[in-house]
Amino acid sequence: MSLTMLLQNIVNGFSLGSLYALIAIGYTMVYGILRLINFAHGEVFMLAPYFLFYSSMIFVLPWWLSAIIAIVLTALTGMLSERIAYKPLRDAPRISALISAIGVSFFLQNLAIVLFSGIPKSVHRPAFFSKLFQFGEIRIQSTLFASIGISIIVLSLLIYIVYKTKTGLAMRAISKDIETSRLMGVDVNKAISITFVIGSALAAVGGILWSLRFPQIFPTMGTIPGLKAFIAAVVGGIGSIPGAMLGGMLLGMSEILFVTFFPAISGYRDSFVFIILILILFLKPDGILGTKTQEKV
Amino acid sequence: MKQPSGKICTVISLMFIFILVYVAQNKLDAYLIRILNLGAMYVTLGVSLNLIYGFTGQFSLGHAGFMAIGAYVTALLVLPPYYKEVIFMLEPLAWPLNVIHTPFVVALIAGGVLSALAAFIIGVPVLRLKGDYLGIATLGFAEIIRIVLNNIPHITNGALGIKGIPEYTNLWWTMGIAIFTIYIVKGLISSSYGRALMAIRENEIAAEVMGVNLTYHKVMSFTISAFFAGVGGGLFACLLTTIDPKAFRFVMTYNILIVVVLGGLGSITGTVIAAFLYNFLLESLRPIEAGFNLGPMHFPPIPGLRMVTFSVLLLILILYKQKGLLGGFEFSWKWFFQSIKKVFKPKKTTEGSTL
Repeated sequence: MSLTMLLQNIVNGFSLGSLYALIAIGYTMVYGILRLINFAHGEVFMLAPYFLFYSSMIFVLPWWLSAIIAIVLTALTGMLSERIAYKPLRDAPRISALISAIGVSFFLQNLAIVLFSGIPKSVHRPAFFSKLFQFGEIRIQSTLFASIGISIIVLSLLIYIVYKTKTGLAMRAISKDIETSRLMGVDVNKAISITFVIGSALAAVGGILWSLRFPQIFPTMGTIPGLKAFIAAVVGGIGSIPGAMLGGMLLGMSEILFVTFFPAISGYRDSFVFIILILILFLKPDGILGTKTQEKV
Repeated sequence: MKQPSGKICTVISLMFIFILVYVAQNKLDAYLIRILNLGAMYVTLGVSLNLIYGFTGQFSLGHAGFMAIGAYVTALLVLPPYYKEVIFMLEPLAWPLNVIHTPFVVALIAGGVLSALAAFIIGVPVLRLKGDYLGIATLGFAEIIRIVLNNIPHITNGALGIKGIPEYTNLWWTMGIAIFTIYIVKGLISSSYGRALMAIRENEIAAEVMGVNLTYHKVMSFTISAFFAGVGGGLFACLLTTIDPKAFRFVMTYNILIVVVLGGLGSITGTVIAAFLYNFLLESLRPIEAGFNLGPMHFPPIPGLRMVTFSVLLLILILYKQKGLLGGFEFSWKWFFQSIKKVFKPKKTTEGSTL
């Protein structure tokens, strides 16, 4: 293995990791507030590239405008799914909400099959994203840089919202104790909606970047990245935003490096993620940055 | 009237089911039999998941993995050796497996035992985890099992899967095994073991303080649950006659979980009803996406519409029946006779008053 190839793969790992991180945020924020594994998040992620595809292909809008429209529509879908399918179940047994999430996941995935057909579509990549940078012997596609750069910008924005604004304060309060926050005058429903909007918008950014990196979109494309991002959230410590970022990076990087170093068993690529998950759960059951919860009788 | 004893009623109703199965197997058309078979298979799978999740309270999402083990073991054991040579195109089948040929029962039990063994090995460390973490870890193990199956072509034929498995599964098998599963699980939860399991479900620390050995009971429940999941997988293989690793994605676990939760967590009766309802619903929605002609107009088939409808129905059901169809209700003969009495009693009193 030459050094150049290793460097190339590290950049590759960073870019994949930043995508996982973007998706993982949605899982971790929703789990932090509602204690719900939002199984539909992967499907929300899948919708964004489709929205982009249709607004830029059919309505012939410029790419950046289509991207914004796609992000807004995806965020709306996420919010609506919460309003319709999760909100009525807030006081129900948690497993019912989980089944509801599975229902939403089935619904969105099959709706995509009905509306967009199950045949994969090739995504048009704007010229800006298909440039090739050359540093000595290392060649890196601009998509990789773009996904790292955009992720950093978006994630900084998120950190600002969560830790510096009043809405963010409300979210953090709810994740500690939903009842007390309500008593303190926090508009719980609004804060939860905003959480879903932010999580889905980040998933949309991730989905669009994903479709630039792997330019084929199909209705089931969200399942595996969704699952892996969820695992990233758990590895980082579910409920913790920096944890989700760290977990995403860790997973993306180790996945790429696994394939780089052990090409002979690359068929086990997807299982490697689960092995990391299980190891982390055994060593530190609350994830790397998770807070330990004391169990009481 | 004195209430007849539960055992006699059970025997009578079993005989009744026996006759029903006999009639169904011989008179119904193949399509209906298939749906009934699937329903009964889901009873086995659902009741086994209910044991670990509904009664023991351990959130396990590993059922698809255990099913996969059972399905592959069963398929490899019932396939005739000459046929194995034909279908293993990528790599020939490894030695002992390529000559073994066993009857269906042996294969099913072997499948169950192997997946129970896998559950035991996984369960001892993993059952220390709690709640959602346990669910995620078991999901992870199920996916690992599936990926391993995909990557050992000399045993599983890799991604090509195994085709042409003899179709042994019929209503006798599926119904028989479903009843056997219910019998075992019901017996288990009414014993002192069952009370220990439910104590763990209600409060782990309190149960431990009361002297319940947590690891032992959890692992036992997990292993038995996986045994029946493996047997269910074997039925699945010999019902569909073709299996590949893709069939055992975590969506399979979702399906079983939906059956269990829709029926009502911790209710065997609920699981039985939901299992059949689920399969009938899925099948009866099939015409929705098939194309049809309305006079001169032709409506093309719309793939996906069936599942869209299904998921909407699922959402409505779970939103309005938040604790499942039956909640925690369990059928018993006592309840049965009491409700019969309730239906008939008012009539008697009115007759008495007129006389």
